[in-house]
Amino acid sequence: MSVRGKPEAVHIVKKRRDSALRALVDGVPYIKFLGIEFDRRGDELTGVLPFSEKFIGNPMLSALHGGVTASFLEVTSIITLSWAYLWDDLEAGIIKVDGEGEPTLPRLPKTIDFTLDYLRSGLPRDAYARARINRLGRRYASVQVDAWQDNRDKLFAQATGHFLMPQRRD
Amino acid sequence: MLDKLRMAEQFIAALPYSAALGMKLEELNDGVSVIAMPYDERFVGDPRTGVIHGGAVSALMDTCCGAAVMSHPSNPGGTATIDLRIEYLRIAKPGQRITARAECYHVTRSVAFVRATAHDEEEDNPVATATGSFTVEGRR
Repeated sequence: MSVRGKPEAVHIVKKRRDSALRALVDGVPYIKFLGIEFDRRGDELTGVLPFSEKFIGNPMLSALHGGVTASFLEVTSIITLSWAYLWDDLEAGIIKVDGEGEPTLPRLPKTIDFTLDYLRSGLPRDAYARARINRLGRRYASVQVDAWQDNRDKLFAQATGHFLMPQRRD
Repeated sequence: MLDKLRMAEQFIAALPYSAALGMKLEELNDGVSVIAMPYDERFVGDPRTGVIHGGAVSALMDTCCGAAVMSHPSNPGGTATIDLRIEYLRIAKPGQRITARAECYHVTRSVAFVRATAHDEEEDNPVATATGSFTVEGRR
């Protein structure tokens, strides 16, 4: 590791981070089922849920199903948490993503509990979510997550969850 | 009896996301609802173990709690989730269906209170519990 060496070329940095994120997200079938994508700006992630007709819970109101909202928030929490957990190892080159095969990523955190606040009904359009890690300990983590649609400051749902972190020996 | 079953089937079919997850309503009576969700590889959350994603279990819990509210004898005209808390007690066995049972145990003019448990094919060992409060829309 070169401490004072030239900074890495930007395309190398981006490629490493984007491939790691892709490997993390693409490995989960339920994320694919929902079509959730992640936007990355540096280490910050935003979950994006493109609208689909199958997400409707109440056809009379054309509102998103509460289960879709719950799933979206839990997915965003878990991916944001895993991303924070693997970031240092990824940047230090301990997790290799430049090889041919799939990088070996750590196990995913396990949800202990998840509490959802449905603030307003979800509209039939794209939704966004961003999670904040309030504490990331050796065993437990506490995460808060916001979801919005058209206006960033008009949240339609919010949640807090506790997670069991993967252990190094796992 | 047949009518009741048909009504139950229609109830789920009318909720596109519940239908997308293959949910089947097994019981709906007096504020109690039982709904099953089959194991499906598309709902897996951890590819290394094949365990169903918590989000899919949440969707099952939310649907089951909402159905329990709708079947309460006070006859609410509609309902929406205000809040829902889910505890994941243990990992659901890959390959097994998950069944949720929700009970709407108290209703006021504006709010319905619900609790639920979910189990896999090992019935007396729950995989998750939930508690929630739901809105009560105009009476029918």
